[in-house]
Amino acid sequence: MKAAVIVFPGSNCDRDAAVALEAATGAPPAMVWHGDAELPKTDVIVVPGGFSYGDYLRSGAMAAHSPVMREVVARAKAGTPVLGICNGFQVLTETGLLPGVLMRNRSLRFICKDVHLKVERDDTLYTNGYAAGSVIRIPVAHKDGNYFTDDETLARLEGEGRIAFRYCSAEGTVDDAANPNGSRNNIAGLYNESGTVLGMMPHPERLADPALGGTDGAPIFSSIVERLQ
Amino acid sequence: MKARITITLKQGVLDPQGKAIEGALHALGFGGVDDVRQGKYIEVALSESDPEAAKAEVERMCEALLANTVIENYSYELEAA
Repeated sequence: MKAAVIVFPGSNCDRDAAVALEAATGAPPAMVWHGDAELPKTDVIVVPGGFSYGDYLRSGAMAAHSPVMREVVARAKAGTPVLGICNGFQVLTETGLLPGVLMRNRSLRFICKDVHLKVERDDTLYTNGYAAGSVIRIPVAHKDGNYFTDDETLARLEGEGRIAFRYCSAEGTVDDAANPNGSRNNIAGLYNESGTVLGMMPHPERLADPALGGTDGAPIFSSIVERLQ
Repeated sequence: MKARITITLKQGVLDPQGKAIEGALHALGFGGVDDVRQGKYIEVALSESDPEAAKAEVERMCEALLANTVIENYSYELEAA
């Protein structure tokens, strides 16, 4: 199975993502520079975290229009799985592959800590290695992670089962106290209509190896391999 | 021509930065401040000299990149260079 990681000026989680992907797939992914209009043939694409283009204008806005992203959008529309993490999630919303927007955290602070997430479904490309309803611990590190969309879109996302993860307490309670950034309905990650595109603010690649202090993020990468191989 | 573009958050969209500024203004004794909304201001110098064509171009820029119309409104003024 072949994976690719998109690298923008300002990406800083690209190598972490590559390590997690290699652990899951057994082969190092292709690292694709943002200015490349050509994307190698690949089974899954990761848009990593960081501060692409210095977060100028809006987080992810400039990266969304880079040459390689045009190709990523085309591949995603043709069904290639695309995983956007943190800044990658912001980029995917700016391209329109995922609805809504990641606004400034309601606290106005950069939040860097482990949070707990409730896994909504266990029948998806990205979460088949978890049990539905289970609570996992994954770090967040962002200032613009406050998920917003209009009422109508929110109702559609909920109705279609497109929420991937919600912020919750260690015991699994989804409430405002467990919401680190003000996201509507505690949304930490969501799918596109076909479930092939996932955007999430937390960083599974940062807890995907025992040496990092935990492995709760690893099943996201192994789930993809499980489903695609 | 020059375009002066103003981008603001839509009504109903939470503006935590505006709220923080509002709180700071209250702390400074400006009790008459009822609400603060923060936005962006962008100036674009255009080689286009026809106002109608410039208008169309600025609108395309706003829709494609400068504003995220999920949460933001934009307005602009054009002036001859």
